[in-house]
Amino acid sequence: MTEIKVIPLGAGQDVGRSCILLQMGGKNVMLDCGMHMGYNDDRRFPDFSFIAAEGPVTSFIDCVIISHFHLDHCGALPYLTEIVGYSGPIYMTHPTKAIAPILLEDMRKITVEKKGEANFFTSQMIKDCMKKVTAVTLHQSLMVDGQLEIKAYYAGHVLGAAMFRISVGSQSVVYTGDYNMTPDRHLGAAWIDKCRPDVLITESTYATTIRDSKRCRERDFLKKVVECIDRGGKVLIPVFALGRAQELCILLDSHWERMNLKVPIFFAVGLTEKANNYYKMFITWTNQNVKKTFVQRNMFDFKHIKPFDKKYEENPGAMVVFAPPGMLHAGLSLHLFKKWAPYENNMVIMPGFCVVGTVGHKILNGAKQIEFENRQVVDVKMSVEYMSFSAHADAKGIMQLIQYCEPKNVLLVHGEAEKMEFLREKIKQEFKLECYMPANGETCSIVTPYRISVDVSLPLLKSENVKHNALPPNPKRPRVIHGVLVMKETALCLMDVDEACKEAGINRHIIRFTSTVRLEDPSPPSKTAEKLLKLFQEKLQGWSVVLTDGSISVESVLVKIEGGEDEQKNVYVSWTNQDEELGSYILDILQNMGHVAS
Amino acid sequence: MMLDCGLSVHTALNFLPLPLVPSSRLLNLPSWMPRESEGSQLEGELKECCSRIFVDSAPEFCPPLDKIVDYSELDVILISNYTSMLALPFITERTGFKGVVYATEPTLQIGRLYLEELVEYIEQTPKRNQAKYWKEVLHLLPSPLCDSFKPRSWKQLYTLSDVQASLSRIKVVGYDEKRDVYGALNVTAVSSGYCLGSSNWIISSDYEKVAYVSGSSTLTTHPRPMDQNVLKNCNVLILTGLTQTPTVNPDTMLGELCMAVAATLKANGSVLIPCYPSGVVYDLFECLSSHLDSSSLSSIPMYFISPVADMSLGYSNILAEWLSNTKQNKVYLPEEPFPHAYLVKTGRLMHYKRIYSDGFSTDFRQPCVVFCGHPSLRFGDAVHFIELWGSNPLHTVIFTEPDFPYLDALAPFQPLAMKAVHCPIDTSLNFTQANKLIRELKPSTLVVPNAYTQAPSAHPHRSDLVIDQESRYVISVQRGEVVSLAVKRHTAKVDLCPILADKVSGCEVRPGVNLATITAGLLVKDNQHNIKEWADEGPSGKRKKLTRPEDCLRQLKYEWGNLDIDQFVQKLNQEGIKDAKVERSNTGFIIHLEEDTLIQVDDKSTHIYCEAADRQLRLKLRNILMQCLNSF
Ligand SMILES: [Zn+2]
Repeated sequence: MTEIKVIPLGAGQDVGRSCILLQMGGKNVMLDCGMHMGYNDDRRFPDFSFIAAEGPVTSFIDCVIISHFHLDHCGALPYLTEIVGYSGPIYMTHPTKAIAPILLEDMRKITVEKKGEANFFTSQMIKDCMKKVTAVTLHQSLMVDGQLEIKAYYAGHVLGAAMFRISVGSQSVVYTGDYNMTPDRHLGAAWIDKCRPDVLITESTYATTIRDSKRCRERDFLKKVVECIDRGGKVLIPVFALGRAQELCILLDSHWERMNLKVPIFFAVGLTEKANNYYKMFITWTNQNVKKTFVQRNMFDFKHIKPFDKKYEENPGAMVVFAPPGMLHAGLSLHLFKKWAPYENNMVIMPGFCVVGTVGHKILNGAKQIEFENRQVVDVKMSVEYMSFSAHADAKGIMQLIQYCEPKNVLLVHGEAEKMEFLREKIKQEFKLECYMPANGETCSIVTPYRISVDVSLPLLKSENVKHNALPPNPKRPRVIHGVLVMKETALCLMDVDEACKEAGINRHIIRFTSTVRLEDPSPPSKTAEKLLKLFQEKLQGWSVVLTDGSISVESVLVKIEGGEDEQKNVYVSWTNQDEELGSYILDILQNMGHVAS
Repeated sequence: MMLDCGLSVHTALNFLPLPLVPSSRLLNLPSWMPRESEGSQLEGELKECCSRIFVDSAPEFCPPLDKIVDYSELDVILISNYTSMLALPFITERTGFKGVVYATEPTLQIGRLYLEELVEYIEQTPKRNQAKYWKEVLHLLPSPLCDSFKPRSWKQLYTLSDVQASLSRIKVVGYDEKRDVYGALNVTAVSSGYCLGSSNWIISSDYEKVAYVSGSSTLTTHPRPMDQNVLKNCNVLILTGLTQTPTVNPDTMLGELCMAVAATLKANGSVLIPCYPSGVVYDLFECLSSHLDSSSLSSIPMYFISPVADMSLGYSNILAEWLSNTKQNKVYLPEEPFPHAYLVKTGRLMHYKRIYSDGFSTDFRQPCVVFCGHPSLRFGDAVHFIELWGSNPLHTVIFTEPDFPYLDALAPFQPLAMKAVHCPIDTSLNFTQANKLIRELKPSTLVVPNAYTQAPSAHPHRSDLVIDQESRYVISVQRGEVVSLAVKRHTAKVDLCPILADKVSGCEVRPGVNLATITAGLLVKDNQHNIKEWADEGPSGKRKKLTRPEDCLRQLKYEWGNLDIDQFVQKLNQEGIKDAKVERSNTGFIIHLEEDTLIQVDDKSTHIYCEAADRQLRLKLRNILMQCLNSF
């Protein structure tokens, strides 16, 4: 089990919907469970039959992790739990758990009530689904079961967005979800520690973009809005109720205040106050600035932004309207678009990415006419602007994240194929890392070196440490450990030989040799011993040669001198079989001496 | 590693209160001199009030003992909750401390409020004189002054800049977040259920686990419930922070408090509740407001006065992830988790930084309920209200914080006409709960303060107010004592490189037990060990000299088991050594060969004696012997 498998059920070389299957160490984890906004049929949900053609999904999937509340990451969750029947654990952060059901319900209403589709999940299903969710906090190590562990990191992007580290034993994967490496007006930058995952699965929406400075983009945005209202036009800003909307509101509100502008700004009613309340309550998830000042002034109490009322759409003159959803695929934003698009004075600003198939995507690609299901045709004469305000990491940010967490492999998802290709080359070049980009339904197998964990007896480690520290410091000298590995079933333990024998329940058999050499050295034995000590120390540099009680010892080799003064000495050399090389070497030295002396 | 950093604020009770407006009563208290005293240095340091002696000086506090520990050598301080970090600036600043402090986000944020409030209380009423001679004549002073513990080590409070510097050393951790300490240990904060962000700590290595349990509660109040599962089966459980009021039930006290408040208000009196800026006070707002509603006293205003009141109320409502499930679920609606947000919005609860803040004097009307600090009644706005209301028997002061004996707190204000009610609310574990917890956690060794092993001195016969010591190894500790914990580490987890692992071939010595002798390179980085293949360096070739002891280890094998003597002799024969004479000895055999060669064999060893000159013979014998023995 040294392979990690990643199978995108969505977000493989596309941006439509995120749903990725991860297999690691015998565990199956589903990363995100998103819905595709570009489809109106079954294709909007991930193909769960891929996981388990028939039979329950629950027994196959160990857990589902949702990175943030955007519907392309969580939209299919009620479908999975209430219709497909998954009943295992689901994890997301507290803000995601709070906000996701609001967006799900909003989408359900649009789909079922406005488009009249049946065969979709119900309000009750959303509620039942959310009851099964376990909320996690940042950096908490959560054990899903005995082996599977998950940990969330701050991802920026939207309130509550998180990256997740998933690990089984020594293997680990980081899944980024959507993230942002530069702090914005209300959120902080993504952060992760040097956790060195085997695989980093990263989004790559802006794989090839290095976005110009934040300030420039903001100035551009304000300039365009002001130009349009100056000529009496209406500005439509399609947004999702939570996320970018809050940042743009902060931006416009403070600009209106500063420039003393009077043109009305509206925000689609209903969600506004509620949405801002979430921001107030989860203010710990915003950035330092917002956090520090929240007691004195709450950034989400806007002065110039008023709730939108349906009757305002007929009002003459300039106005700015924030309306959901963000990709002009349904709801109020699409309604207003149809009304305002035929007039040159008006403007639509798309502040984020649009999925293929949505009206947003069409007009961004220059479509001058849009045909709707009911044969209604709308001319697009209003100006169409695109401002990249969605908070994804750009190429620089992605490279930065790789640098932070030092993965062994990188896998790109949530991006367009050609752009991924470019980034992949860049990653290979700069980091010398293998980089993958599987398509939907394609299995990507990544072989990881397996790590083996061994218990080492502390006395063994300590004795090595004592030896090491006794020598003059030299970082280049290799440290060597010698011991006996005891293997009992799956348990591995390294210990010294005597401990090992005891552990294995066997007796060691010690072989010892003793040889005698006769030396002509007419001096007291103690003098002879000193002479020999000097000689050995000279010949055996790097060894510890010790003289105690008239005997010399080197490792297990013992040299003993016998005989009176003024006569021939008997020198006994004794050693164990393990020190054969050393013992016979010392014996050689003595024998050669004997020759010289006689 | 230091566990918590609490400050003993009790010492402040020996000092005169610091009123916001000069009090003629306090100014006119008679000086007190011991009869035997000779010098006049003591002049003016001590004052007498109703036969209690107080020091007339800026109050002093007793930080953790120094001299036992060199604070500059501390690596880590773990903080359990915001009430046990008030000495932090004393330790982290100007002691050479270089380590890190770990605490949860609420502990840091609310701890900051506690520290800032304390500093502000002391600084807004500066005292010119600093009494010190009384410490020299301690033996001449009456009780309780003469019983002061090491008053020479007492210190004046730190400054705001010390607080900022100290708090900047805190690294924030989440519950269940494993923090690596120099690669050697992991520390993890787990929920303790006592207050917002309060934690117990797990200190663990690969195989050993020490749990530090302090300030825990199993009652349901506003914080997240205590996580007991993770504390199970540890080698050592250090248990402290049990209730300071073991004989009363906090729920009963809360009930009595509500009754006392209602009774006072109905009689047109006002109520003072001295409190800290966070904690139980949130529960008091909640319970009291609903009790007043049901007693048709809804129109009675509640005032919360603290330099950090706004921050405290604000923060408490954004810490959803640290709250009980009920409170947590409210933010999903989204509604503020604490009702005090609503009480503030509707004007029932009004908060001010100080009594002289804008608006307070115009808003203030009686009867009312005032929440303000400090519970010691030595500084803070509470001093003002006691002075203001003390002579009127219609008013009531209710003591809820268990940290100070209420009669001592009131001593410098005597004689008082105002009613005093004692309703201590301490949600920490009581002895019954603690004993139950210990039984469930099953630690190998339990460490508790000495005081928990005997009945409290006020209730010498309550044998239920002690920690059970049966069927468990218990170490009791006292202030200033050094004990060694019974944790012996035996093994460490080390990574073995797979390339090396592939080459290891074990010998089966018993069914299912394999042994393999290995010599390998050891990489040590940040206290983490890695065993790698030991790369050979350069051409070894014909090395004449033995350069490194390690070189000899490379091919090493170890022999084991018994030597089959018949097989051995037979092999000797086959190899041409025919004149072996085998002789039995007490422990085994002795084999005599030609000349002076002799082999001594017993169960666990074989010893070959041989002339140096007979090298060839010796090597031959060695070979044969090794063929006859098992090895690994
Ligand atoms: Zn997103």
